Amino acid sequence: MPKLTVDGIEVEVPAGATVLQACEAAGKEIPRFCYHERLSIAGNCRMCLVEVKPGPPKPQASCALPAGEGQEIRTDSEMVKKAREGVMEFLLINHPLDCPICDQGGECDLQDQAMGYGRGHSRYDENKRAVTEKYMGPLIKTVMTRCIHCTRCVRFSEEIAGVDEIGALYRGENMQITTYLEHAAKHELSANVIDLCPVGALTSRPYAFEARPWELKKTLSIDVSDAVGANIRVDSRGREVLRVLPRTNDDVNEEWISDKARYQVEGLTRRRLDKVWIRRKENGGAGKLEAASWNDAFAAIAAVKPGSSVAAVAGDLLDCETMFAAKKLVNALGSDLLEGRQTGMAYDTSNLAGVNFNSTFAGIEKADAILIVGSNLRWEAPLVNVRLRKAAKAGAKIFVIGPVWEPTYAATFLGADVAVLDKLTADVEEAMSKAERPAIILGGGGLVAGAHAKALDLAAKWKLVRDGWNGFNVLHFSAARMGGLMLGFAQTGGMADLVKAQPKLLLALGADEVDFSAFAGSLKVYIGHHGDKGAHAADIVLPGSAFTEKAGTYVNTEGRVQFADKAVFAPGDAREDWTILRALADALGVSVGFDSFVELQAAMIAEVPALGEEGLADYGQKLPKLKGDKLGGEIRYPIKDFYLTNPIARASGTMQQCSAELLHGDELAEAAE
Amino acid sequence: MTKLEGARFVADRHLEPDTPELRARWSGFAWNEANVAKAKEIVARYPAGRQRSSVMPLLDLAQRQVGAETNTQGWLPLPVMEYVAAYLDMPIIRVVEVATFYFMYNLVPVGRYHVQVCGTTPCMLRGSDDLIAACKKRGMHFGHVSDDGLWTLTEVECMGNCASAPMVQINDDNYEDLTAESLDAILGALAEGKQPKAGTQLKNRHTVEPEGGPTTLTAMVKENHDYRGEW
Amino acid sequence: MLADKDRIFTNLYGFQPWNLAAAKARGDWDNTKKLLAKGPEAIVDEIKASGLRGRGGAGFPTGMKWSFMPKEAPKDQFGNPRPSFLVINADESEPGSCKDREIIRHDPHKLIEGALVAGFAMRARAAYIYIRGEYIREAETLFAAVQEAYDAGLIGKNACKSGYDFDVFVHRGAGAYICGEETAMIESLEGKKGQPRLKPPFPAGAGLYGCPTTVNNVESIAVAPTILRRGAAWFSSFGRENNKGTKLFQISGHVNKPCVVEEAMSIPFDELIEKHCGGIRGGWDNLLAVIPGGSSVPLVPAAMMRGVPMDFDGCKEVGSGLGTAALIVMDKSTDIVRAISRLSAFYKHESCGQCTPCREGTGWMWRVMERLRTGDAEVDEIDMLQQLTKQVEGHTICALGDAAAWPIQGLIKHFRPELESRIAKRAEKANA
Repeated sequence: MPKLTVDGIEVEVPAGATVLQACEAAGKEIPRFCYHERLSIAGNCRMCLVEVKPGPPKPQASCALPAGEGQEIRTDSEMVKKAREGVMEFLLINHPLDCPICDQGGECDLQDQAMGYGRGHSRYDENKRAVTEKYMGPLIKTVMTRCIHCTRCVRFSEEIAGVDEIGALYRGENMQITTYLEHAAKHELSANVIDLCPVGALTSRPYAFEARPWELKKTLSIDVSDAVGANIRVDSRGREVLRVLPRTNDDVNEEWISDKARYQVEGLTRRRLDKVWIRRKENGGAGKLEAASWNDAFAAIAAVKPGSSVAAVAGDLLDCETMFAAKKLVNALGSDLLEGRQTGMAYDTSNLAGVNFNSTFAGIEKADAILIVGSNLRWEAPLVNVRLRKAAKAGAKIFVIGPVWEPTYAATFLGADVAVLDKLTADVEEAMSKAERPAIILGGGGLVAGAHAKALDLAAKWKLVRDGWNGFNVLHFSAARMGGLMLGFAQTGGMADLVKAQPKLLLALGADEVDFSAFAGSLKVYIGHHGDKGAHAADIVLPGSAFTEKAGTYVNTEGRVQFADKAVFAPGDAREDWTILRALADALGVSVGFDSFVELQAAMIAEVPALGEEGLADYGQKLPKLKGDKLGGEIRYPIKDFYLTNPIARASGTMQQCSAELLHGDELAEAAE
Repeated sequence: MTKLEGARFVADRHLEPDTPELRARWSGFAWNEANVAKAKEIVARYPAGRQRSSVMPLLDLAQRQVGAETNTQGWLPLPVMEYVAAYLDMPIIRVVEVATFYFMYNLVPVGRYHVQVCGTTPCMLRGSDDLIAACKKRGMHFGHVSDDGLWTLTEVECMGNCASAPMVQINDDNYEDLTAESLDAILGALAEGKQPKAGTQLKNRHTVEPEGGPTTLTAMVKENHDYRGEW
Repeated sequence: MLADKDRIFTNLYGFQPWNLAAAKARGDWDNTKKLLAKGPEAIVDEIKASGLRGRGGAGFPTGMKWSFMPKEAPKDQFGNPRPSFLVINADESEPGSCKDREIIRHDPHKLIEGALVAGFAMRARAAYIYIRGEYIREAETLFAAVQEAYDAGLIGKNACKSGYDFDVFVHRGAGAYICGEETAMIESLEGKKGQPRLKPPFPAGAGLYGCPTTVNNVESIAVAPTILRRGAAWFSSFGRENNKGTKLFQISGHVNKPCVVEEAMSIPFDELIEKHCGGIRGGWDNLLAVIPGGSSVPLVPAAMMRGVPMDFDGCKEVGSGLGTAALIVMDKSTDIVRAISRLSAFYKHESCGQCTPCREGTGWMWRVMERLRTGDAEVDEIDMLQQLTKQVEGHTICALGDAAAWPIQGLIKHFRPELESRIAKRAEKANA
């Protein structure tokens, strides 16, 4: 714990801290461009220079210098002021200073630091350098003349994303940042370089010229594009969500989000359900949805007289409050047919520790041997994949059962057939049984293939739960999953139980992945926000709210309870989902016991106290023992197209473009030839 | 506006565009028989798992093979860089970084002879301007292959032959202590397919001893003298 | 004058073959086993006592550098011992410098034997000789000489029957001055762009492949066996205190007979030029200025240069440096502004582009220099240029920024009137 002084202020910092961190600890702001807490230290921008005694009589890059006992640091001396002015001047001589037409304007490190640390004028009379634009795909807009060569984007793609695709070509003042042959950046986290870029060289293509940062209302929210629950900030103007940015949460998403989390919101303004629709079946055919009023719809629903023959299916993007409201309604009608696993999965949920990501995301970084069963992590949870990359870098051995995908780290694929689990090779056995912190990650593909029981057996055999460590993990893909399971949205037989019951009334809450043909005899009421598969199959459509349009509680796959705020109002006649369900209760003549959102939340928390506390829910450490069937059959991953996994994303032009260009680009090129 | 001397080198560097023709010509690139062994030997110079260390010698090897196939000094078409990247299991962008960073990798096609005139101060002081003029007189232009495909002219930075300046490196050989006339004679010989004498062009100089004979170690001129007896 | 018998590089001019047989006849590889038998500590002590300072430019005491290497192999994250490496810097690219080339092509076995001795002294597993790419024929010779040494059992397993295993590899550069910077060289050896690393960590802690590494100049390594054979006292009998030994001087530019010559350190400038270079072209009165240590050091005007002892301290006293002892001599016919501007072009060309002051500053400085060359500037731009050099100097990751700044500072310091008169003349012409 070295003790040192910064501008006369004494600070003590942890061993291994840098001088820059020591300065921050002393409350001194150190300007920087290349330095980033989560990337390797490059030390190339030279903006963070400080005066250090003892040391050579020249300023030192504080980002790279280890803090040492007894150092005297000055951040306020003439030497430091001059150094900063000099570096600032160099950074600006070849920068276009086109701030008025730059999307970074108002949130630009270069702009801010030039104001804070630069001289007020330029002495540069020579011609400025111009650099041609570099295509980086549908998400990243480049204006490379603005680049200050901090190499954050290069380091991010190499170190964090694990996809070496951005580089700095040529040298000296001709150095240029680009991808190979200007290919699109092809990974699920590519757009994070936009946030990392301290200038306007890499900006958001879909967001180009949309808004200035000071016009935007910023709302804290939670991403629903997967079950990671990335912390996001929703920036909106009026009724429109203009962009999504990551918030820092070291336990969850660090400070990254997936491209889907960032860009699916474009779909919030397209294909929206903004009025009530009722299907008119005149000639006995499929019928046609026609616009209707709320009263007509409620009357039509009441006319079915469901009694207790009612069921609710929760979709993947739902908040806990909506599910709880639905549960109360269904219960009030005398039913408890609730299910969220739309596609038919029926794994045991009697003990939530058995279906939870117990290691936690931060914890899995520490695992030293990991067996992945039936999960394409890059697509199902790109941010968890980042954690696995860290584990691999630290020396973890990683094995995968399932069809081959491209991991961003060294991993051994053991086979596509789930039966591999029954005959693991000696080296896998040895790695797993000898590891200090072994872990299993069971994905949706593994659950579908029936590997749950076997995975739990192995967990017991390899002692995955030990002192201070729980290595058994189920990786869900649906943002609503853990919340739904906590609220009881699970039948022993899964969706099959609902099918068997043939309810008169089926409430589909944003459920778009259900096989609705199995409910031919039911009145199918879809409550949701997008005209997607669920609405197409429905008899009555009630327009609900997307995740940005309502406050709500979400529980991610590690059992972390998080709360999201409402950013904008839903369009047209659309209402917040809970109010629709509350009104439906009246229409059906039952009482659900709450009249306001606050009352609803209170009731929910009273029933499931864990949902009232932000943070990890405690499911206990004891894993269940289950009986499983004989394993066999090729594992199939749930996601066929990373960019189009939910109704919002499917409505987003940007996501469609990504899918077409990044996933199917080669096919298109071949077709063109 | 002042004409900037030396502006001609780095800024001109660019990658040869990726065209169907380029692909057609070079997609099938692979080590020739001799280079299969050579490449293996090169990779073996570095510790196991550190094969990326051999990217520089392999790019050089590839450039030389391209040179042999095209009867030029050689260059690095993109498909050839991709081949090297695949050979070393290395991301292509890292290979291109290396190829564009180091000045000896030709990124575009060059002529039969790559005439590299050193223009840095020690050579400049001893007349490199005249050498450049002599080259231009023969129809060479900076950064272009001459019309007859024979020459590419580049002004290069210090080649470490300062005590025998001015000098020109043409493909693998250095020609030192040049004058416009002696360089022209060398170029003439090369154009005729002859191999002129490399090294100093002065009659009364062997290498870098003072012209006219060494002031030291004179015993070494005639015989392999062993000075140990005098210690 | 140094006696021929006290010259280390006896085949400097290549009158005799470089090969192993000829080298042995000259005294190389003479019972190297016995040298190694002294043990690592004794070798390091002997080199320390000899006063040898690094011959690559910085002049850091060589023996001390070797002593920084770990005595016991450090462990990696998995508990395996890390090997140590010796990297020999043969990336001779400093304008004016042309000595390592002569060692490599005419006396390569001195270098290879030195590699073994030095590598043994620092407990290295192998040496990588990083030779600049443009030394094509020189590299051919070096490869062949290394092979000879392997074939003769002098290096490799049980080198010289010493029981010590030591490999020597040759790695060719490909045209980047910056790779002469030790950490850039290590990056380059790892197959990356030659961009200098941040220090700390220093190479002796984490260098090549993260292993302890020492980077030494060719000349520093090649003199080691002779020092060990003849003793520290012999080597330190030459040169002034703190500036010991013999040294390869390289004299280029406007002397009658440019050459490379081995001389005792501290030889007076005039004596060096008169004895070996046939004097200044046009006589001493025609001398304008000298860059005494390669392009990276400030120039010294004629009057100040007379009689200067050619060593580290002597050159420092006249505001310059010995560098690699590469003297670039300029007579009065020289366009001194162009001569320095050409060096600015060199540094701009060779900047790796990594850090801001050098990437942006070298280009800016060169552009101003080019305008000063023709007088297309304002007088206060001279001051601005001076400030620019100060803004680059000391603010960069490696010393290339400093090297780009110093020649310009030297020019402004000593030739400001020349710069001003060019500006005035051009203005006059424009007005007329």
